[in-house]
Amino acid sequence: MVEYTETAQEIVDAFNEVPVSSKLELLLEYANALPALPERYADHPELLERVEECQSPVYLFVEVEDGKANIFLTAPSEAPTTRGFASLLQLALDGQNIDTIKAFSDQFIQDLKLSDLVSPLRIRGMHGMLTRIKRQVQEKSL
Amino acid sequence: MTYELDTNPKFAQYKHPEALVSTEWLEANLNKPGLAVIECDEDILLFETGHIPGAVKLDWHTELNHPVTRDYLNGEDMAALLSAKGISRDDTLVIYGDKSNWWATYAFWVLKLFGHSDIRILDGGRAKWIEEGRELTTDVTQREATDYPIIARDDKSIRAFKEDVLAHFGKPLIDVRSPEEFSGERTHMPNYPDEGALRGGHIPTAASVPWSRAVEEDQTFKSIEDLTDVYINKAGIGEASDVIAYCRIGERSSHTWFVLKYLLGIEKVRNYDGSWTEWGSAVRVPIVKGTEPGAVPVGF
Repeated sequence: MVEYTETAQEIVDAFNEVPVSSKLELLLEYANALPALPERYADHPELLERVEECQSPVYLFVEVEDGKANIFLTAPSEAPTTRGFASLLQLALDGQNIDTIKAFSDQFIQDLKLSDLVSPLRIRGMHGMLTRIKRQVQEKSL
Repeated sequence: MTYELDTNPKFAQYKHPEALVSTEWLEANLNKPGLAVIECDEDILLFETGHIPGAVKLDWHTELNHPVTRDYLNGEDMAALLSAKGISRDDTLVIYGDKSNWWATYAFWVLKLFGHSDIRILDGGRAKWIEEGRELTTDVTQREATDYPIIARDDKSIRAFKEDVLAHFGKPLIDVRSPEEFSGERTHMPNYPDEGALRGGHIPTAASVPWSRAVEEDQTFKSIEDLTDVYINKAGIGEASDVIAYCRIGERSSHTWFVLKYLLGIEKVRNYDGSWTEWGSAVRVPIVKGTEPGAVPVGF
């Protein structure tokens, strides 16, 4: 049993409590909840890192301050699945201690149990986002 | 063909104008009996964010493939799927989707394996409908369940297997992947993760024509002159009447298959859905690396 942040555990529970037929609807709710980028990044796309593993243009940026990380992610509205995944990671990791994020298990993605609904390409895209978030946290906390 | 055709003059130039409808035509014909509108997108959540009123969703990932074998649904499963969606055998189907109808043409091809006769693609797809400010809804479409008959899948006419490709050398073969995948620099699409073929390159003699060369910037199909130039002249199809198209898993090549068969009217066009994920991992099949098509291999 992997230990998650409180929010991450809530997300995993939510996806495991609903029937398979409602999982996409739940993911869409998260997609709609992805916050817009703050102006300092919205106006400076060059600061953002592209997640090459994703099929859609997904960009992210991590700020580290006082041992905590702020996570920013953006994805276009024509790519709601990708937005949903970005939103889940943002909720699970934003504002957490950098050590918590570094230790955050990839098992989170498997535990959402979405692999029957979503293609392996998408799942790998989400792994790409998580890997890049962790790498930025690592680099910026040195 | 019982349903009214779209007489848009653009479509008259194609060999099978009955396989296309315009956004104007669809808007005017929505909700008429005998018509079923189907959305098939790459992003499987896009339909839920808003769709053409009355459209039903077809999920390429969870609904068209056999759950265990790497194959499509059989006749029984397809009949159950279409019955549950409220589609009848004699309905006119209009299919549209995201990304220049990439997945819409894939759904079209899969449904043609079961011989559904009247299927049409919405020219320009989802993007054009939205661009023109036409109505979208998130209302769930209710269509009364039907009794779609069990039809045996026809794997001969429009589908090619690896053995068919080996027997096809000397006739036109179109590789619709990106130039980097064709040359063998990479085994997957730019910006897409690797889906696991063991070797990079292309099937010997294949002409490289990335699928998106068939569409304009507004995602509608190009004119017959442009398509003739791209495929018949430059890709060396010429007078040939037997062509196979392939990509990585058979979806992008469905788009080219549609263009070759329905717009250009080539008599026999097959989609090799095993595509590069099969060929690039198969034992002892010939492969060519680099930008040249390569010669007909000896001994195959």
